[in-house]
Amino acid sequence: MSGAREIQNYTMNFGPQHPAAHGVLRLVLELDGETVVRADPHIGLLHRATEKLAESKPFNQSIGYMDRLDYVSMMCNEHAYVMAIEKLLGIQPPERALWIRTMFDEITRILNHLMWIGSNALDLGAMTMILYAFREREELMDVYEAVSGARMHATYYRPGGVYRDLPERMPKYRESPWRSAAELKRMNAWREGSLLDFLDHFCEDFPKRIDEYETLLTDNRIWKQRTVGIGVVPPEQALAWGMTGPMLRGSGIAWDLRKKQPYAKYAEVDFDVPVGVNGDCYDRYLVRVEEMRQSTRIIKQCVDWLRKNPGPVMVKNYKVAPPTREEMKDDMEALIHHFKLFTEGYVVPEGEVYAAVEAPKGEFGCYLVSDGANKPFRLHLRAPGFAHLSAIDSIVRGHMLPDVVAVIGTLDIVFGEIDR
Amino acid sequence: MSESPFLQRLRDRLGERVACYRHGLDVPVLEIAPEHWLEVARILRDDPEFAFAQLIDLCGVDYLGYGSSEWDVGSATGEGFSRGVEGLGPGRFRWEERPAGTEIPKRFAVVVQLLSLQHNRRLRLRCHAPDDELPVVPSLTSIWPVANWYEREAFDLFGIVFEGHPDLRRILTDYGFIGHPFRKDFPLIGTVEVRYDPEKGRVIYEPVSIEPRVNVPRVVRRDSRYEQARVEEHLAREGDKR
Repeated sequence: MSGAREIQNYTMNFGPQHPAAHGVLRLVLELDGETVVRADPHIGLLHRATEKLAESKPFNQSIGYMDRLDYVSMMCNEHAYVMAIEKLLGIQPPERALWIRTMFDEITRILNHLMWIGSNALDLGAMTMILYAFREREELMDVYEAVSGARMHATYYRPGGVYRDLPERMPKYRESPWRSAAELKRMNAWREGSLLDFLDHFCEDFPKRIDEYETLLTDNRIWKQRTVGIGVVPPEQALAWGMTGPMLRGSGIAWDLRKKQPYAKYAEVDFDVPVGVNGDCYDRYLVRVEEMRQSTRIIKQCVDWLRKNPGPVMVKNYKVAPPTREEMKDDMEALIHHFKLFTEGYVVPEGEVYAAVEAPKGEFGCYLVSDGANKPFRLHLRAPGFAHLSAIDSIVRGHMLPDVVAVIGTLDIVFGEIDR
Repeated sequence: MSESPFLQRLRDRLGERVACYRHGLDVPVLEIAPEHWLEVARILRDDPEFAFAQLIDLCGVDYLGYGSSEWDVGSATGEGFSRGVEGLGPGRFRWEERPAGTEIPKRFAVVVQLLSLQHNRRLRLRCHAPDDELPVVPSLTSIWPVANWYEREAFDLFGIVFEGHPDLRRILTDYGFIGHPFRKDFPLIGTVEVRYDPEKGRVIYEPVSIEPRVNVPRVVRRDSRYEQARVEEHLAREGDKR
């Protein structure tokens, strides 16, 4: 009997039903013992051909699909899409609409980072975080609901502005046999005034909540053992693999579209861009936590502006925006406009543009080709998660199997946008 | 319109290697032939004057049926709304009745969005594949590794073959999928549907049973009303200010 024996690498399926696979990631891992030799992600299990569907519909009917791409940062996706259409049409939304968009982009960023911090901590064994994060997420979901009627898939942005102005009243919890009067009073304490009052309360309270998260994680020994020095992305690698957002900033490159190529009202608000040093999972965690604080700052500034400056939230161009009900009732021209807009839509001049926003996960871009019809000729959505996940093989090579979970978490992937 | 200084610098550096320099609506656009595709890309990345370190996006485009309309707005018609419903526009046909595929020369193109962090500048490149039957374009993976998955996506959805790609597999569609679904001559309803067959005890594929139908016809309007609406909007805004 010879002493030497051939030891073969072990190939393992990670997902698509694994709870840490964040949806439907099927990762084929080649393992040498517990060390990853190669990772081959199989994606597309959630492919819905959003881009092809958009080609068969008038422009406005695809806004709702954008929410369903990255379904934890809904309004940012809408923002890129409507910005692309606006660029082609050459229209400029009213000031107030731009401030509302800025505010909701930041609300969305907090929503996304809360989801991320909760699920990532859960993956790495910190059960409490997700309960904390979802508590605050619920409040922001209520803001979404108050303004659009939907908790997630808002379809709130429109080319030329936003669907409607902010509500004057924040909906309240009602009496029920399962709530005591004292509890009801506590739950409705922030909801006595308008949506902006509610957000004021939220902005005041939220930094304290972030402090709570940090007491749970930032100096937590297990959290640091799982994230410090794991998934290190050097800046050169981050550039070569097209990384954007916190993935790029975590590696020490101060690049943020909100600062460098400002859109909406980002040029007029005051905020800082956090940057990491080591490019590991821990730095990206710190970057995202700080981004939540900065987003709170931006929301506060938007609330103050919006309180002082009432005005229209939609352009008066009836080719893209519907006329008011009153106008429609006594003006034939307005009625025709309304009919044409909701049956045929509007045609967009021939041309091609690329519009990008700094979505919570990175640069979300929308490349739109129009041939002068009422439907897009070609729509391509540049999802940050797609580029990030494609780099996973180069990141996890040589890591241990449990670190794969940490890396998937830190990439902040959501399959709605990767598979499109 | 005179050429912008940046486009002028591009022209000075790249010269004949670029077939066409254009001012896009938002960023400069370079049309490049496949022979020079890699060379130009490498210069754009490495030359410190341009320093396009990041490939942000790469996608395929199928120009079949570009500018065609399903709704004849030029003359009155006796056919009524059915002319819009029954039209054979992009996606709204069965596989058997798909339109012929070679009406325009050079159907397929690869479009790349580049970003230079150093100069805070974007650029768009386009490369038309010379052959419609077998569109081939050189692969950018050796220059920007991120192109790997984007090119797999363009191959999967459009059937564009990237020469020199290390791992050109399907990426978004199902294992064993047939056809390239984002081509304009591929029906929106697809070709097969799946269901669980209780008799066979497994999932089976069958030809699609649903009817292709799109409710809103595709309309191309190149008339002055849109110009007028823009002027009206502008006047309204001026009025608001006063």
